[in-house]
Amino acid sequence: MCLAVPGLLIEVNGIIGKVDFGDGTIRKVNLALLEKAKPGDYVLVHAGYAIQVVPEEYVRETIELWRKVISLEDFAK
Amino acid sequence: MFRFRDKSTANKILEKIKDLNIKAKFMNVCGTHQDTIVRYSLDTLLEPYGIELVAGPGCPICVTTSREYMEAMVLAARGKIITTYGDAARVRIRGRSLLTLRGDGADIRIVYSIDDAVEIAKMNPNRDVVFLAVGFETTAPSTAYTILSDPPRNFYILNCHRRIPPAIEALLSLGEVKIDGFIDPGHVSTIIGLEPYERIVSRFPIPHVISGFEPLDVLVSVYMLARQVKRGEAKVENEYSRAVRREGNPRALKLIEEVFEYTDLEWRGLSRVENSGMRLKRKYEDRDARLVFQDELKLLEEYSEPKGCRCSEVLRGLAKPRECPLFSITCTPLNPIGPCMVSVEGACYIEYKHRRV
Amino acid sequence: MDKSDRIVMAHGAGGYLMHRLIKEHILSILPRDNFEVGLHALDDSAVVNDVVFKSDSYTVKPLFFPGGDIGRLAVSGTVNDISVMGGKPIALSLALVLEEGFPIYDLDRIMQSIASTCREADVYVVTGDTKVVEKGSLDGCIINCSGIGVRSQYLDYNIDVVRRFRGGIEARWLLDSNIRPGDKIIVSGTIGDHGVAILSCREGYGFESSIKSDVRPLNRMIEKVLSVGGVVSMKDPTRGGLANLLNEWSEKSHVGILIKEEDIPIREGVRAACEMLGIDPLEIGNEGKVVLAVVAEMAEEILEVLRETDEGKDAAIIGEATDEFEGVAMETLIGGKRIIPPPLGDPVPRIC
Repeated sequence: MCLAVPGLLIEVNGIIGKVDFGDGTIRKVNLALLEKAKPGDYVLVHAGYAIQVVPEEYVRETIELWRKVISLEDFAK
Repeated sequence: MFRFRDKSTANKILEKIKDLNIKAKFMNVCGTHQDTIVRYSLDTLLEPYGIELVAGPGCPICVTTSREYMEAMVLAARGKIITTYGDAARVRIRGRSLLTLRGDGADIRIVYSIDDAVEIAKMNPNRDVVFLAVGFETTAPSTAYTILSDPPRNFYILNCHRRIPPAIEALLSLGEVKIDGFIDPGHVSTIIGLEPYERIVSRFPIPHVISGFEPLDVLVSVYMLARQVKRGEAKVENEYSRAVRREGNPRALKLIEEVFEYTDLEWRGLSRVENSGMRLKRKYEDRDARLVFQDELKLLEEYSEPKGCRCSEVLRGLAKPRECPLFSITCTPLNPIGPCMVSVEGACYIEYKHRRV
Repeated sequence: MDKSDRIVMAHGAGGYLMHRLIKEHILSILPRDNFEVGLHALDDSAVVNDVVFKSDSYTVKPLFFPGGDIGRLAVSGTVNDISVMGGKPIALSLALVLEEGFPIYDLDRIMQSIASTCREADVYVVTGDTKVVEKGSLDGCIINCSGIGVRSQYLDYNIDVVRRFRGGIEARWLLDSNIRPGDKIIVSGTIGDHGVAILSCREGYGFESSIKSDVRPLNRMIEKVLSVGGVVSMKDPTRGGLANLLNEWSEKSHVGILIKEEDIPIREGVRAACEMLGIDPLEIGNEGKVVLAVVAEMAEEILEVLRETDEGKDAAIIGEATDEFEGVAMETLIGGKRIIPPPLGDPVPRIC
């Protein structure tokens, strides 16, 4: 029910940051909902607000989890 | 950010689900999940393996009642500038929507964020600017923060925020449909964390998995649910661990608690749901459009759902869009009758749009 | 008819509502002509006594946007609509409607842009008109650019090549109704560039973007492709984007169209912007792209020629016409198939 997309936080001034959603697609984002966020963090953005910091290897970690779920399939016993 | 969508991984996961060899019905309570499921035909891919996916009341635009939309339309007709998210602007009640009111001279502005709405209030100091605040726990914190940061005097909120856990509980206590597991909404969970679902599992012991929004996220989550069913387990698992932490987002939760108080609220399709509404606390009454403009809102007449419309059952997973007599006959995206066809996240709109081949 | 019915923005957005407005409130009222390609064909241009004839108005906001402006858009749009019929554009008309108080400096910039685009397309403005309206009744300026073209010197050869591979096409021009099952669908480059460039400057959801509008005249590229031969139909995916174009073709040629998501060329910046705003890239406009339906046997050769041109360097075969089903469908990245309906109206950002 809530569309949110990850992007790279490239600039921070006060509670307003600039996030790059890919290939220079940059938008002003409000960081008020985050404890701490610094340039270089990946953040999840919903309706103009960053709602969570996500790990830099966001993608690798996901594929890791999927591989773990698929291969560690110990159910058979 | 590249996407990780490929057929071979999808087929591997489907094989795993097939090996479990179970029959189960899983519900999602999120319009964006429903869009991923239907856009990639995951439900048809899963059908041969005994898994049925059902949509619950997951789209904030669908569950917002006609009365709340009509309040926004009355205020628009009375000359307020209405700022709203795009999908809410299209909702039609008796053939009229905020967008169609533009033709009568109403000033309706579509915004991507509430901050853009505040900007519009600053640029129009001598006009009342009302923000139509729809959405669940993912969207409510930005509204709360805006109210606390002293926006311009002419900025008001028409508050329609709702909470998801009470709706899941209401669905389960109705006990109408046998649900074997829940695909929990990923982005709401980034805010509320795992604990609210654990409270629900203690009362209604069925499996829950918090899922991301890639097609493979949903398939992996379905596998995790099916595995719980096979083992006779009932717990909350977090597939979307890259974005959801156990404690959620404490700062956002604090903002919500500071500005809103919980109330019983009617949901379209679910009738009154205990503790599911968020009302502005007395301290912020001067920002509540419903109070500030209550005399103008008296013009509102009552509205009843159109005959034959089964949206309330679709929203509760009791009926599929195709089982509604109006679906794609009189009720189409161009002439939407019930809420599920109106919103681009509604189960009927998505079914109509992504009709399978 | 309900008197309270009013025009809404969606009536002008190239989707279903616009087509219904045209059919019910324009076509049904105007007397029917019997020219070779008349009004009722609702094709990109009309053909009257072997003259290709097109009229189009341009109301883009803002007037100046990344990659172009209303002047370049007006000339390119009309030149392209004539060229996709198999016509060679030769002369344009230019009707300017200017708002009281509109800066002459901006008018000069627009006229410079029109001049350079005309040179690029080798066409001339031969007639026109200028009107001024009171302050406040128009936001700056709008332009109507009409044009005429003659039969392209390569069109007969192109049609002969088509006849070599499959039953003749009766039409002497590249009509929307010419497509037959088995024909391949080619897009001349990346989709969504113009739409995203415009959205990035719109009030309420502006964002910075590296994406520039692709607006440019394509008549030279189209002539090169016709000289290779085998083109059955062509169309420019402007308002309503690829989704609208393919649905129009499917309806007018009575064929199904199957495309593959992984084959559709799209820039990362366009994909990112659409994902951020919750918009479908298949539904947003393009102003420097053409979609071609070609006989299967010539598809590779045409693709090669396209990729040698600057305008078509990112061209790709994205699917084919079929008789297995009606309408337009797409095979998604992870294998399932879904229907692509015609868009309802302008896409708007959504939160859920």
